[in-house]
Amino acid sequence: MGEFKVHRVRFFDYMPSGIRALAFNRDIERIAVARMDGSVEVFHCSDRFFQEKIIPGREQCGIEGLSWVGERLFSAGLNGGITEYDLTNQKVKYTVDAYGGPIWTIAGNQQGTHLAVGCEDGTVKLFEVNEDKIQFERNLDRQKSRIISLSWHPSGSKIAAGMMDMIQIFNVETGHSVHRLLADRGVGTSRSKECVVWSVVYLSDGTIISGDSVGMVKLWDDQTGTLIKSHNVTKCDVLALSVSQNEDSLVAGTSEGTVVQFQFISMVLGKDDKEWVRTRTFKNHTHDIRAVAEITTAVVSGGMDAQLVVRPLLDKVEVRSAASALRKIHFPHRRLVSCARKSGLMLFQYPGHLELWRLGESEGKGMPGSSLFVKRNPEKLLHLKVKGEDHIRCSAVSPCGEWIVYSTASSLRLYRLHCDNNNVSITKISKLPMVLSSANQLCFSSDSSHLFSASTQSSVHLVSLSQSGCKFVGTLKPKSGERTIGFGVLHIIEDGKWLASANSDHEVHIYNLQTRKAHCTVPVYSSAVTAMGIHPTTNCLFMMYADQQMCEYSIEQKQYTDWSRMVQRKGLHRFWMERDTPCLNVMFNPQHPSHVILHDTYMLCIIDQSLPLPDDKTQFYNQLTLKSLPEEQRKSHSHAFKVCKTFKDILCVELMSDQSLVVVERPLEDVASQLPAPIKQKKFAT
Amino acid sequence: MATLYEGYTLCGVGPVQNSSNIGILGVEQGRDIDYVLVTDSSRSITVYKVSDQKPTGSWSVKQGQIISCPAVFNTQSQEYVVVTDDRVVRVWKEDDVNLEKAFKATVSADVLRVLSATDSEPVVLFCCGAVRFLDSLLASPQQPIEDVLTEDEIIRWSTIVKAEHQLVVLFSTEQRGEHCLYVQRFNPNTLVKHRIETEPGLSAPISFSATCRGSNIHLLYLYLNGSVYESVLPFRSSSTGAEGVQALSCSLCLSLPLGEEKLMSGAAVVLDEAHVAVIGFPHPSAGACKDYLCIWNTHFQTLQASKEMAGRIYSQLWCYSGKLYVPHGKMLSVIPFDCQKSSLAAAMGKLKQTSRSGKDFSVEIWNICPNVKSALTVDQLVEHIKTSAVEDVQAEVGEFIRRAPQADLQLAAGRVALELVSRSQTDANFYPQCAFLQLLETRYLCYSVCPELLSLAMVKKDFHLCQIAFQIFSDIPEAVTCACLKAILSTPDLEMETVNLDTDSVIFMKELTQAHSRSDEEGGQLNGFCPPALESDVSDTPSNKLQRDPLSLDMSCPVGLHKGALLNEVLQTAYSDRSLLPHLKDLTVPQVIVFLQYLRFLYFKYSHDAHKQIRALRTPSISQIIDWVCLLLDAHFTVLAVAPEAKRLVFDLHKFVRSQVKLYAELGKIEGSLQVLKNSKQSEDFGMYAIQVIELF
Repeated sequence: MGEFKVHRVRFFDYMPSGIRALAFNRDIERIAVARMDGSVEVFHCSDRFFQEKIIPGREQCGIEGLSWVGERLFSAGLNGGITEYDLTNQKVKYTVDAYGGPIWTIAGNQQGTHLAVGCEDGTVKLFEVNEDKIQFERNLDRQKSRIISLSWHPSGSKIAAGMMDMIQIFNVETGHSVHRLLADRGVGTSRSKECVVWSVVYLSDGTIISGDSVGMVKLWDDQTGTLIKSHNVTKCDVLALSVSQNEDSLVAGTSEGTVVQFQFISMVLGKDDKEWVRTRTFKNHTHDIRAVAEITTAVVSGGMDAQLVVRPLLDKVEVRSAASALRKIHFPHRRLVSCARKSGLMLFQYPGHLELWRLGESEGKGMPGSSLFVKRNPEKLLHLKVKGEDHIRCSAVSPCGEWIVYSTASSLRLYRLHCDNNNVSITKISKLPMVLSSANQLCFSSDSSHLFSASTQSSVHLVSLSQSGCKFVGTLKPKSGERTIGFGVLHIIEDGKWLASANSDHEVHIYNLQTRKAHCTVPVYSSAVTAMGIHPTTNCLFMMYADQQMCEYSIEQKQYTDWSRMVQRKGLHRFWMERDTPCLNVMFNPQHPSHVILHDTYMLCIIDQSLPLPDDKTQFYNQLTLKSLPEEQRKSHSHAFKVCKTFKDILCVELMSDQSLVVVERPLEDVASQLPAPIKQKKFAT
Repeated sequence: MATLYEGYTLCGVGPVQNSSNIGILGVEQGRDIDYVLVTDSSRSITVYKVSDQKPTGSWSVKQGQIISCPAVFNTQSQEYVVVTDDRVVRVWKEDDVNLEKAFKATVSADVLRVLSATDSEPVVLFCCGAVRFLDSLLASPQQPIEDVLTEDEIIRWSTIVKAEHQLVVLFSTEQRGEHCLYVQRFNPNTLVKHRIETEPGLSAPISFSATCRGSNIHLLYLYLNGSVYESVLPFRSSSTGAEGVQALSCSLCLSLPLGEEKLMSGAAVVLDEAHVAVIGFPHPSAGACKDYLCIWNTHFQTLQASKEMAGRIYSQLWCYSGKLYVPHGKMLSVIPFDCQKSSLAAAMGKLKQTSRSGKDFSVEIWNICPNVKSALTVDQLVEHIKTSAVEDVQAEVGEFIRRAPQADLQLAAGRVALELVSRSQTDANFYPQCAFLQLLETRYLCYSVCPELLSLAMVKKDFHLCQIAFQIFSDIPEAVTCACLKAILSTPDLEMETVNLDTDSVIFMKELTQAHSRSDEEGGQLNGFCPPALESDVSDTPSNKLQRDPLSLDMSCPVGLHKGALLNEVLQTAYSDRSLLPHLKDLTVPQVIVFLQYLRFLYFKYSHDAHKQIRALRTPSISQIIDWVCLLLDAHFTVLAVAPEAKRLVFDLHKFVRSQVKLYAELGKIEGSLQVLKNSKQSEDFGMYAIQVIELF
């Protein structure tokens, strides 16, 4: 099959940001995640939790709460503003100042008419949700301390607000407080510390559930204002609560990293009088859990350790499958590294800066499995800080290594790189065409002569690059009406003839670059495209989907290839389908036209289209077996999927033009070692 | 296993006025499962709430009128329907007091029965074989009714079956000794006639019962000679709608034993797919008296439950929602029953039954293929066992085991063993050891089949049989294991040495007692088998090498070879420690000490790896030995702490265990270091950057 020289790169210090808030939208099955750096991500719950959208954050914008109103997403933060997002274009739509100081919490009512925010100054402010904006309506009675948490009664007539040492119930109609529920402080030394009600949940039967800094989950009656029951869940704080839609299950996230589930079940089998009973404890986090969401079949939790954990509730799952397995999402589902294939450069995208590295060089040859002597170490050529407060949305380096481009929400910058021996200098290209004001996705043509930018408008802009500068050439638009390329995977083939773009509606458009016209559209598949590539010689578009399916589409014949049909007919191997991270890159090896190179977070795979497909009875991970077999027997035992599991926590794999592979790893242990220390817990007798 | 529970009387059966021999016209399901509708042959219809045994409503017709069919309840309209004087259909509601004032309609032909199934319109079956829905009939009562049957064809039995919202009316007719079954289906209306074909010489079927299972109707019918046949009819009519008479294929599914008396009547009703209730046939082991209600398993042909019925039997039997309704004597009894899922073990009585009275229980072996020539049948053999001399019995059992086919033997072995044991228990001179051994060797016995066997062997001090039983039985209760252990420990060694035991185990013991000295003497014998003849002289050599052992272990075996071999068998039995522990406490102090000494001996030997050189089929494992030491220490902790004679033993054991613990602690350290070495080999850390070569195949 073949040997590869692999550059194993571990110096990309990517740090995922901690998760601050979650909001689940049951109707569209999306979960929105807000991170500490102000970025907001949207995951598709029924499409293997694929990360559909990423809205990059800004400096100094601490999001504290997220809320869906219908299909609109709002956030509020300590900068005192309420932000609505434009999800199709993946950017901030507008921000409205609430004039109440930092906002600690935001909650929309079920009717979708109002948003309530809890402010530092002790007011609960109601905003009316209009067609295209939100409008301040009024304040509820002002309280003495800040409002930490809010929950609407499902009828929309009452609001429970968690504060310091107490919970207030407001009548929305009058704006007056109906009840005041006093939360007890802890015992002993913590007596003097205030009890913070971190989270409240208002159920339709009038029960209010609160989680506080004393470690209690308390149940209150809103009619009498009395405590019904309290559960001591932890010695530290209960930071987040979430209740299921039918209000029979509640999850609480604690700062110990545990998620505790409560269920509303009858104590005596068959009787009707139900009670909230603590049932299960999940421990999948090392740090504080800042947000939990009980979605129908699983508990989603996120916190300071920056991983999003989807823990399935197996009693709610009807069919056990790969889609219902425990899932930990560590890395974004898109590439943060771009490589200049011809010049051996790598561009690392951090939120606030870019780093350009030159790969090292080796000497001599080595046996498979060995490391080569590194003649020249990798070298950091450039550290490019972003102007302004916005974080980088996308970036790219041209294959020849001469051009660097990046875009934030507000601006796009193009640089030309001059490398003579050890002197590296860049010049910013000024006077960019108007269309290049901002981009969702950026890509250079393989001969580095053109830049393609998926705009926030509806199309792909084509800009030609030359020594003198850049010039707008034209715009590629899909045939059918005004479609937005939201999620862009963008790819150009070798001869520069075709361009394919995928959007968040799962549509893949193919354009002819010579005529600059739309050529055809690939049949829409139910799952999102996670990666694609156009084969340099056969002109076939190879697509990977979030549900781990793969398709090969012949651009010239405008139909799926025979190989693709065979894959669909025979089905993919069980182990392939059970992988839980999406494939992030599709590459082709010019020396072996039948090979397709793929990777996800845990493996690198070469598909040899000339070999038979494995069925469920064949050994899927067969590399070790093949290694032990003599040469002549390997042929009969091998199948199309050649999976290499040597690498893990892979962020990027790229095939360079000298046939070497670049594998950028980010070991999770390294990420964990850079996290702040978790809450100290007593272990045994220490 | 099916069970008949204690029954109770629902109502009395009125004096028989007419000659029809019938006290009750019918029992039908009422408005829910707790209500039944009893139509007696006089003039009244009564609704009973079964759980309360109370009537909740009663109606009667005027003097001179006759109820001509059982009343039914129409669940759709919540009305009762009855036919009087063959042609007058009466319909009334629960709160109607007087039947005379209720709705009535006179129809143009004689009605045989009104048939009602839950949640569907009742069906009226005319004597001439025609069928009408009740509502369409009442809409125009005087509509002409066609003749379906020929003139001298008489309906003997009829029923209605409902499944998948589809109704099927079945009725059987008789015409000059020929019996036919008609199947009337609705939507589209089809009537199919089947000829009931049975072996020649059979008289008329005396009882029918139909149930619906899956997409088929299972029809069971009983003949006076005790044969129960089953026919399967498809629920949906085949689209051909073939005219003419089709033959009804049937299969014999049960043949009931007959007594000497000639039977006149009987009834059978299907309870579930494997059980059928029969009344009017004699109990196989209760002699001539035929007034029994029996539940038979048709899969295994076994009698599952029976109940004696006092008084005259009317050959009528109904079954509604888990209760049998039996008119007998002057009463109508309700007998609840329960049919558990039948398994072969349950059918053969191998599963423990909590409520099993020996009297009611009998296992009947059905010779399905009687043409197999066997020297003796099981029944004959059992009879012989009851009377013959020991030698004859042993010979006959041996012969039987050789000749009987495997499948039969499996069933028969338990029965023969039971019979042998019960004879041995009553007759002190009767002990066919050979026969027991032969039966054990068939491997068809287990402890539960014949629980008394092991205790009998213990009483007779037949340790050979015990040993074999321990090897073969996998289900010996802990209490019995302990009793055996006690018996073995309390038997003197001298007596034990005379017992003939399994040679393999004895050789193992011999090897074990001598292995230590031999391995010290020379290495040449390490992996060879030694003829037992050579052993006796070596065993007594005082080994001065023992003195060199820093722990100075006492390596002499505390028990004789044979006792050791038996104890080894005990050690290898399956047990659960929680159940064993209380029984283990029954051992006396000397027994405990001897046993512990023996376990210590085994443990020391095993720790010196002596056993590895011995080839034997069954040897106790080191973990079994340790488990028993733990159990024994747990059970007799205080005894061992107090008893002076145990002091030395416990001290030695402790010393050795302590040394072992030290050793294993050191091993643990080594394991830890090796693990670290292994881990460090695995993840060679290359820092931030490396250029490697990988190869894909």
